[in-house]
Amino acid sequence: MKALVYINTNHFAAKASFEAVTYAKKLGGEVTVVAYGKAAGAEALGAYGANKVLVDSSINDADNQQITRLVASAVEATGAEVVIFSHDLVAKAVAPRLSVRLKAGLVSGAIALPETGNGFTCKVNVFSGKAFGNVAVKTAVKIISLLPNSIQPENVGGTATVEAFNGNVGAAAIKVMDTKKPEGSIPLPEADLVVSAGRGLKGPENWGIVEDLANVLGAATACSRPVADIGWRPHHEHVGQTGVAIRPNLYIAAGISGAIQHLAGVNGSKVIVVINSDSEAPFFKAADYGIVGDAFEVLPKLTEALKNFKNAN
Amino acid sequence: MNILVCISKSPDTTSKIAFTDGNTKFDENGVQYIVNPYDEWYALVRALELKETIGGNVTIITVGNAADESIIRKALAIGADNAVRIDAEPTDAFFVASQIAEYAKKNNFDLVLTGKETINYNGSQVAGMIAEFLDVPFASQASKLDVNGTTLTLEQEIVGGLQIVEVSTPAVVSCAKGMAEQRIPNMRGIMAARTKPLEVIAPSAVDVYTSFESYSLPDAKKACKMIDPSNMAELVDLLHNEAKVI
Ligand SMILES: Cc1cc2nc3c(=O)[nH]c(=O)nc-3n(C[C@H](O)[C@H](O)[C@H](O)COP(=O)(O)OP(=O)(O)OC[C@H]3O[C@@H](n4cnc5c(N)ncnc54)[C@H](O)[C@@H]3O)c2cc1C
Repeated sequence: MKALVYINTNHFAAKASFEAVTYAKKLGGEVTVVAYGKAAGAEALGAYGANKVLVDSSINDADNQQITRLVASAVEATGAEVVIFSHDLVAKAVAPRLSVRLKAGLVSGAIALPETGNGFTCKVNVFSGKAFGNVAVKTAVKIISLLPNSIQPENVGGTATVEAFNGNVGAAAIKVMDTKKPEGSIPLPEADLVVSAGRGLKGPENWGIVEDLANVLGAATACSRPVADIGWRPHHEHVGQTGVAIRPNLYIAAGISGAIQHLAGVNGSKVIVVINSDSEAPFFKAADYGIVGDAFEVLPKLTEALKNFKNAN
Repeated sequence: MNILVCISKSPDTTSKIAFTDGNTKFDENGVQYIVNPYDEWYALVRALELKETIGGNVTIITVGNAADESIIRKALAIGADNAVRIDAEPTDAFFVASQIAEYAKKNNFDLVLTGKETINYNGSQVAGMIAEFLDVPFASQASKLDVNGTTLTLEQEIVGGLQIVEVSTPAVVSCAKGMAEQRIPNMRGIMAARTKPLEVIAPSAVDVYTSFESYSLPDAKKACKMIDPSNMAELVDLLHNEAKVI
């Protein structure tokens, strides 16, 4: 199937972008990428299977209406049958708009390639990760928003041609007054490794031992809901049913009890390590590796052991 | 300001998730439905706060059958002025958005608010679809919303940070944490909710774009391997050689 992948500007080297392009490549047809802004680095997506990158350089910033128009123009220009997004905040705003505009069914948060033997169905997480659903798409054009960390990017060693494209994006309706981006931190939904802590840490002043571990691992940090609610940690770190849902390769949870609402946001993790002083904590039932112990002692020891491991490897 | 708040039902967060009819239907047996937390805590409460400061009307709308009137009464008890129920099974996001957009088009709302997603299907689809149907701007996942005349000032999450944006009404906004604090309905609210107007409307015909064919549950976890707290080198070794995640 001919595929079109939308990639955020300046995300040509992001893992989530490689995943989306790999996904498109596996659909078996020609793969076109569409983006706006600066085209520098776009050709690198060829390595993951993109044949062509269309870049509309008339804008450097775009709101969701403009991106919707851009992608719709690219679908028309390429005759794509499947449109692929990485399921991030931009996709969550654009993909639904595009669904209405193109009369194309949307699979939101796909976690696998589609089954195409009989129709077109795609697996998604439902009930906050407590179950899976199979969504059948009945329309001619299909839109898939792919959950990060769902497939392994595959470098197939190709190159992509970069072409200027006029997406007829129109004017912006949303005026950006100010942007705040914390420097250097890894966005939680994209992180492979996550270190998380809960009320067991007793106060915000104790987060140094969590950050030390995260730094040695190159991990993002997360927290339980009460910790964000009382302001010990920023809201964007709150994971769970009412926070961010994540599915990293490794989730280390210290001083978190493992309430059902917390588990809902993290049970897609490949490997879960739980550190809790209470051997009865429910989180151990969802864990792969468990340590019954005081987080204040265990976390620094784990950091130390990881440092030794990194030095030896 | 004339505000429409879209509410959805969702199973209580502690519900056991199971399926029936050959894994094609959610098993509602023993399930308690609540107003989807994002819709209730953030979208509805912020709408009420805006009404309290600048005046106007707050209508709630849901697509569902008669059994869903309990969540409607709850939203009215919290303070919405009137309610609309589109009398149909909410089969997918596109169906729900089509129905709500059709009602919204006829009733000239300044602002349509939704939660950022439901906690059962987690799709984040309905708000964006409504915005496209109405051809109006959409601010997604807003954590703050202020109104000055016809200008909305919002704080919204973006990939890896936050943005302050301005947009003119009419607009659609999906609401996330930070926007407001949960309100518990009081006795007066609950009594008043019984007599507030609830309009039931027949759905219009809509093409089927997607459908949930079947469901499955994750494989049961194998037993957790316990590691001595003094032996973190062993954990590191297991993560490297057994789990292969570092
Ligand atoms: C509708 C609803 C939605 C919710 N959504 C979410 C959500 O999205 N995310 C979320 O996280 N929660 C959510 N919750 C809250 C959830 O039910 C729990 O209350 C919350 O996850 C508990 O956080 P916690 O584990 O940090 O704190 P606690 O439950 O207080 O647990 C602290 C843990 O730390 C351990 N501990 C204490 N001292 C130490 C020590 N020195 N070393 C090691 N361990 C120690 C304790 O044994 C305990 O297990 C929701 C609740 C509701 C009702």
